Amino acid sequence: MTAVDLRVAQRPNAPMTTYRYDEYDSAFVRERVAEFREQVNRRLSGALTEEEFRPFRLMNGLYLQLHAYMLRVAIPYGTLTARQMRRLADIADKWDRGYGHFTTRQNLQYNWPKLVDTPDILESLADVEMHAIQTSGNCIRNVTADHFAGVAPDEIEDPRPTAEFLRQWSSLHSEFSFLPRKFKIAVTGAEHDRAAILVHDIGLRIVKNDTGEIGYQVVVGGGLGRSPFIGKVVGDFVPREDLLAFLEAILRVYNRFGRRDNKYKARVKILVHEKGIDEIRAAVEAEFAAMDRSAFDHDPEEFERIAAFFAPPPYESLPATSASLRAAKLETPAFANFVDVNVGAHKIPGYAIVTVSLKPIGGVPGDATSDQMRVLADASERFGFGELRVSHEQNIILPHVKQDDLFALWSMLDAASLATANAGLVSDIISCPGLDYCSLATARSIPIAQAISKRFSDMSRQRRIGKLGVKISGCINACGHHHVGAIGILGLEKKGQESYQITLGGDPTFSASIGEILGPGVTAEQVPDVVEHLVDYYLAEREEGEAFIDTWRRIGHARFKDVLRREGEDGADI
Amino acid sequence: MPVFKHPQILIASNLTDGEVVFLGSSGWERDHRRARIARKADEATELETLGKRDISANRVVDVYLADVEIGSDGAPTPLHYREKMRVKGPSVRLDLGKQAGEGAL
Repeated sequence: MTAVDLRVAQRPNAPMTTYRYDEYDSAFVRERVAEFREQVNRRLSGALTEEEFRPFRLMNGLYLQLHAYMLRVAIPYGTLTARQMRRLADIADKWDRGYGHFTTRQNLQYNWPKLVDTPDILESLADVEMHAIQTSGNCIRNVTADHFAGVAPDEIEDPRPTAEFLRQWSSLHSEFSFLPRKFKIAVTGAEHDRAAILVHDIGLRIVKNDTGEIGYQVVVGGGLGRSPFIGKVVGDFVPREDLLAFLEAILRVYNRFGRRDNKYKARVKILVHEKGIDEIRAAVEAEFAAMDRSAFDHDPEEFERIAAFFAPPPYESLPATSASLRAAKLETPAFANFVDVNVGAHKIPGYAIVTVSLKPIGGVPGDATSDQMRVLADASERFGFGELRVSHEQNIILPHVKQDDLFALWSMLDAASLATANAGLVSDIISCPGLDYCSLATARSIPIAQAISKRFSDMSRQRRIGKLGVKISGCINACGHHHVGAIGILGLEKKGQESYQITLGGDPTFSASIGEILGPGVTAEQVPDVVEHLVDYYLAEREEGEAFIDTWRRIGHARFKDVLRREGEDGADI
Repeated sequence: MPVFKHPQILIASNLTDGEVVFLGSSGWERDHRRARIARKADEATELETLGKRDISANRVVDVYLADVEIGSDGAPTPLHYREKMRVKGPSVRLDLGKQAGEGAL
């Protein structure tokens, strides 16, 4: 029996679908909890000032927000077990307000923890192999990945072993704990980008070369925020054995040359923009050539050890399609809509990938109650090998559901108000917490999302509109990814009032683009009208099979601007 | 020194639980209506001095003055929408925060 098999045998209920801590990992996280407990005690006693304490709490994911502290819990590469999801629910009930907020970086945020309770919360997370380390601060943050990892038909390789490899490399990396600014890495192993890798500080795309060898296309300098940029290729094909050394070289170049004089110009995207990708590539290659790479020698056994944790679950041999699914769809139209919109193809015959929308009509995007979390945990155990994923679109994925089980799953979700059939549609809105919670926000974003969602509450209309990414941020930091929304909305302050800037043409995929500003800002009340006019114009102009972004690219930004101007002249309240 | 245009109150976050608090006549209050109001620049300066004292005493963090208007009942209401949010709670969860009786409104 291998070490991995032994660990699984010791935990009969634990699925083999995510990384499990070994003794070193457990001790490391426990030590960090004990250390933070001591730091909190020293803060409360006055031995540490707030200025001294702040970096410590941020390193443990604890922010001070508008109404209370906020704790950001890491969900590495968005993968959760049922047990972990239940623990998140229990923490929400015991120390928070009975809900949590899933974020665009596949994390979970509690909005109401008390400072004095935080060490106990972290202890409780450690019990289920979770933590909040490096969810804040100027360090390498939680590594994110394609939420369909390991199950998508278009995948070359599951990106999660790579993401876990990077998590271990970057955790408390002594050289990169005080970077000029935060640093975000995303990984995909698929032909379609569902992880928005081109708008991360480093994006990794797993590729095969002509000889069939697996390696990485490395993209650097993407990002959103105040100055959005699409990342540029710094390494076309980096062999796996060179990956850590190559990333180390990039981080060293950034650490050495990244600006520290101005936090707004400190991200690596600014360095890449100012120096140019050719100069950055030359610097990275020079560092790579000069560095002592022995410390980063690839250990294939260690990589395989990690990869074994993500081995496929014991799928059954099933027909490619399910007769019972077909029958249930005919019998129950609401279920049929759910399947058509929220259920995706799986690489294994007879199975499906299910997106559970956390965007009920008029709801708060990304929020789930503790009861809903428990339903999701139960559903994953009953129908999906006990595994869940968090998507950067703020939804939950059940990645291994038998098609034969879809109706029973849908019934269970529906009873918990978790069966909204809108994945990828206009009401599946990405939204940051905005000024309802966030101390950095300049305007509210959630009420805007709710108003648009209600405006398009007719689900058949949503299906007619088709795929459409609406993304809303409550400030220029762009946590709601508005720059890459086909329709992006940015909340700002204008003359003491909330004002919303609309952008069109953003795209977070391999065909990435940054949205263009539509015109002057509008009021909160006007936003749903503007969005509706844009959507109606798209419907009138689109050609067969064209998504909103495709129509916008074909006919151009000016035409969309014109239609709004005309509507305004006709007396529309925009 | 910034120009004093409006009456002001001193807002902070309570160290142990992060709740929004307001400096009152006899300490930090969880209800903004009990906040002590500075009607002149030197009174605002005094509030800030008291705030710094309580930062040093590890009672509160993130202390700042906020402009308010005074209602007919004499109670202050913040002028800016950000602070209006802070004295109530999230506008999308009326069941949470001071507006729901957590602390006092």
